[in-house]
Amino acid sequence: MSAGPGQQQALLRQVLGWRVAAAVAWSVLLLPLCTAAFVVLSGIDPFHPLRWVSNSFNDLYTSYIIFCILLMSVVILVISIFNVEFYAVVPSIPCSRLALIGKIIHPQQVIHSVVHAVMGVLVAWCAAVMTKGKFQFLAVPCTSSESLDDAVPQVCLNEYHLFFLLSGAFMGYSYSLLYLVNNMNYLPFPIIQQYKYLRFRRSLPLLVKHSCVESLYLVRNFCIAYYFFGYIPRAWISTTMDLHIDSKLHPLDTLTGLLDLSLLYHAWLCGVFLLITWYITWLLFKIYATETHHFPVQPTFAEETDQCLPKILNSNPPLIIKFLALQDLMLLSQYSPVRRQEVFSLSQPGGHPHNWTAISKECLNLLSDLTQRLIAQQEAAAAANGRAKQPAGELKISPQTPGAIVTEDMSFQLQRSNVIPRAPMPSLVKSSLLPLKASPGSDVGTPFSSPILNCKAGILDLNSPWHGSVQSPHIMRRGPKLWTLNSDLQMNGSHQESFPMFSVVRAGSEAVQPSFIYTWLQNKQEQIKNFLSKRALIMYFFSKHPEASIQAVFSDAQMHIWALEGLSHLVAASFTEDQFGVVQTTLPAILNTLLTLQEVVDRHFKLPHVSSKPPRISGSLVDTSYKTLRFALRASLKTALYRIITVFGEHLNAVQVSTEHKKRLQQFLEYKE
Amino acid sequence: MCSLGLFPPPPPPGDITLYEFNNALVCGHLYETLPLAFQSQLADLPVLGLPKETLKAHSRLEHGTKPAFIHHRESLWKRCINAWRDVGVCGVLNEVANAEEEALQWVKTGSRYALAVCHWVSSLHGSLFPHLSLTSEDMIAEFSQAVDWAGCTIRAFAWHPHTSKFAVALLDDSIRVYNTNSATIPTLKHRLQRNVAAMAWKPLCASILAVACQSCVLVWHLDPTSLSTRPSSGCAQVLSYPGHSPVTSLAWAPSGELLLSASPVDTAMLVWDVSTENCVQLPWFGGGGVTYLAWSPDGSKVLAATPSAVFRVWEAQMWTCERWPTIKGRCQTGCWSPDGSRLLFTVLGESVIYSLSFSEYRGEMQGQVGGSKTASIVADLSETTFETLYGEERIGGEVHSMAWDPSGERLAVIIRGNPDVPESPTVIAVFRTRNSPVFELLPCGFLRGEQGAQPQLIAFHPCFKKGALLTVCWSTGKISHIPFFFVSAQLPCFSPGRSPVAAMASASVREQPLFSELTSPLASTWAPGPRLSAWGRDARLLPPSSAVPQFPPTRHQPV
Repeated sequence: MSAGPGQQQALLRQVLGWRVAAAVAWSVLLLPLCTAAFVVLSGIDPFHPLRWVSNSFNDLYTSYIIFCILLMSVVILVISIFNVEFYAVVPSIPCSRLALIGKIIHPQQVIHSVVHAVMGVLVAWCAAVMTKGKFQFLAVPCTSSESLDDAVPQVCLNEYHLFFLLSGAFMGYSYSLLYLVNNMNYLPFPIIQQYKYLRFRRSLPLLVKHSCVESLYLVRNFCIAYYFFGYIPRAWISTTMDLHIDSKLHPLDTLTGLLDLSLLYHAWLCGVFLLITWYITWLLFKIYATETHHFPVQPTFAEETDQCLPKILNSNPPLIIKFLALQDLMLLSQYSPVRRQEVFSLSQPGGHPHNWTAISKECLNLLSDLTQRLIAQQEAAAAANGRAKQPAGELKISPQTPGAIVTEDMSFQLQRSNVIPRAPMPSLVKSSLLPLKASPGSDVGTPFSSPILNCKAGILDLNSPWHGSVQSPHIMRRGPKLWTLNSDLQMNGSHQESFPMFSVVRAGSEAVQPSFIYTWLQNKQEQIKNFLSKRALIMYFFSKHPEASIQAVFSDAQMHIWALEGLSHLVAASFTEDQFGVVQTTLPAILNTLLTLQEVVDRHFKLPHVSSKPPRISGSLVDTSYKTLRFALRASLKTALYRIITVFGEHLNAVQVSTEHKKRLQQFLEYKE
Repeated sequence: MCSLGLFPPPPPPGDITLYEFNNALVCGHLYETLPLAFQSQLADLPVLGLPKETLKAHSRLEHGTKPAFIHHRESLWKRCINAWRDVGVCGVLNEVANAEEEALQWVKTGSRYALAVCHWVSSLHGSLFPHLSLTSEDMIAEFSQAVDWAGCTIRAFAWHPHTSKFAVALLDDSIRVYNTNSATIPTLKHRLQRNVAAMAWKPLCASILAVACQSCVLVWHLDPTSLSTRPSSGCAQVLSYPGHSPVTSLAWAPSGELLLSASPVDTAMLVWDVSTENCVQLPWFGGGGVTYLAWSPDGSKVLAATPSAVFRVWEAQMWTCERWPTIKGRCQTGCWSPDGSRLLFTVLGESVIYSLSFSEYRGEMQGQVGGSKTASIVADLSETTFETLYGEERIGGEVHSMAWDPSGERLAVIIRGNPDVPESPTVIAVFRTRNSPVFELLPCGFLRGEQGAQPQLIAFHPCFKKGALLTVCWSTGKISHIPFFFVSAQLPCFSPGRSPVAAMASASVREQPLFSELTSPLASTWAPGPRLSAWGRDARLLPPSSAVPQFPPTRHQPV
């Protein structure tokens, strides 16, 4: 079932390759237009409009402009390569300030920034050359200042040119920094399908406006930086290149030097030029990469087997391929009866509904993964709340809390996880999971099939680099992941003595006998953590933003939204189109998964720190739609359930689901959810 | 082509149209005259009277708290900042030009000149698109689907697409939600809910109502199980976009994911992802704005009417559009057949109904609307004189709004009488329709309300099992329900034509002959009476002229 990594790379190259090529080609083709606009605007002369227009049109054909365009094309190419290397369909959201700093000083990001700064210098050099006038050359002839009589021709440093180059570097670096901070490597998929040209045209005014404003801020920041530190690069350049400083001119790192309107205008224009060309490259890549791709449902030729939708969904392809496949699934289920028919069809020899099984299985797996993740997060939150309310000393330790699942194969870890006070498991969820396990025809992964897996996740997190590093309990309290399990207990223990923890361990199992030295070390570690957590500065860097943690949990929710939409449309269509009844076998599993997820999502929105309304999104160029994915998920989950329920109506009473879910279904049937 | 001359004469004055049965409209004096078998169908539907007087008492004429405070003169600088925030550049110029302070004289003159230029430019713009010079209230009144939006108590009406629940927007800017299954009547009020022009319930959802207001779109999230009669304004999501007000029309995608909003001022219509409050602009310059939206029930196409003599039909997958210039005026209203293959629309200044057919939507033709080359006239509603026992009646004129029932068998049309002739009334004409295999439009009759009541808004119940149910809001503030009992030739729809799937189901039925032997006996089983199919389904096969015999309308005598 799983294709080799080589094949997947080939698939990625096949799907994404031409898109990247087309995006680069278009951005290079648009470059001359931007350059022409830049040349016209840089030579602006409101008092002699005719001369201005004729001059700028004459300039357009000169060789150095053509050379600049060639050089800029190379820059665009490099920028595109970075776009392709850095894109992500799932944004990485730093949960604390330290994580953000960690991202900034990550070697990959450092390379990104340095290369962008260099590219910025190149663009600024091109801009300076095209602007002409006093900006054109780094070295200009000048006369020594002592006396006019023995005028010795000297070569002086043109500080304007230097200012331009440095501003280019600054802008390149800032672009790279903003790219990281604003998650601009994230590829948001559009809410409606549109042709590429229309999407581009729609975004273009926004792009221009954004670049203009952005450039204004960057120029301001650069001027401040130059005012304070401008003498360093000037001295360095003049000494290394043996250039003199023209003392007749004002140095630029003074107020009078900086308040040169022409300098500021040209620096701003250079910034706009740089940002527009780079943003266009970025926008085109985004538009091309998120375009729909048509995956065949059934292979027409044998060699296409790896490229058809069910195969791709079930293998573990690069994320973008998976996203495109799910998007295609959503579209075909909504708009294409012919392709839906292929999904419902039976295999030719054998008569198995392979297509439907593969697709529904993958969708249900995705959804139950999400359910598990949310349950784990809620447990963590509940545990944190419980501890916050209860002093650690009153820790009541019982081997089993009421409402925990007791299964025979429950391991030591599971017991310990249940020991955490006030970790109310969603009881409805759990009880509904057990019949789901037993329900016939549900070969798909149940949302809670392996409670051990939950614990494993927690343990894995313990082993993550975070655990070893300095951590305060406050961070852990809000952690989006499974910070709780072991670490919480240890933390609680460390508040006083380690005995309570010991008793927990003893009560849990005799198998693990932690050595005394180990506990002592743990104890010390906790003391250090406690000590550090009281320092304000450290708290500042370590404290987790609750909103960011929630966003992190839902960062890949776009996949789940498409899975929900695709699945629900297919099920709804199956009412009339499914000739062989292939969907009916999985209907109970689908309903169970959806209702369980609904339960868990409802519960999630009732947690503290969770706002129930999306934050206002300003219509800016930078897409922040990943911040609101959880609201989209909630809405599409409900719509998906209603879609199935409106079509099937009373027939759903014949579907085997647990009593709780039956009640829930009844409420949906009466439109009371 | 169907004309008003083929209609049976209107019911005598003083009678009220009660229901349609056996293919004839039945009139009477009171509502108790419904046959017992049908009373159960309508028992739970509230017949409402919302007279104007009760509302006027608590309607606020002045919004905001400004009059409650003593007038305080702020400095010019502060006033300019406020004006900038509220109105923009023009506000600042106006403020400076009218300043009483000893401001710099040349600043005042300069701003006066700038203001004059602004006015001139806007008047130039306004001469291209005259509607832009209207105030926003007049604009809503002009483009609303309600006949007398400014004067009547009921300004908008919306049935929930799946349950027996409807929302009524009233003159005092409140919205009431009536549910047949519960006694609580939530009243929705919000600071921004002013001058409601349209409402729409979200499909595939229990209780989300989108409201087109003067400045924004409000999306109310109502809890259907809640007993509260006054949901807090925290339940409302505010969707606003600069330059997109007043909003005059809304349309939800039948799949429930997207909301379209339109404003006559904004050339772009907005596609909202309501859950995340993201919006995408669909700009199309020309036309000057969008006044009316109608999403086809199968979800494939959207009608977007503009204030000028052009309308567009968008295809809802890739969002490309076809442009349809009309000859006379702007497109006033339109409605889609349940399978989305036919659009009926009317044009201001012409008293005809046009039909536009579209090639069947199959999803494979991406980015094509697939409209036919020309629109054909299917009904002529020009003024006709009816000789009745009670005197002459002149009926006919422009169509103000239309509604097509979800099974595609009845079409209700509000015909606005000639405004110059006082005795020409606004009436509702009902047609029988059939969409397949060929489109047919046959007269059914005129609906009459109480004495002096003019129809204001019409809407069909989305899931009435025994035929169709038309809800009419009258100018007196009364809301009445008029059932049309018939057996639908379509398959029973679970979600009556609201999801693409159901539309597909109806499309697959299309090949079957409509008048099979199966339908007539079925009709006879629950339609006892001597006049079975006197001019019923069989008569429809005849050409229209002979299909309308000149017998008088049946009077149902109260027992």
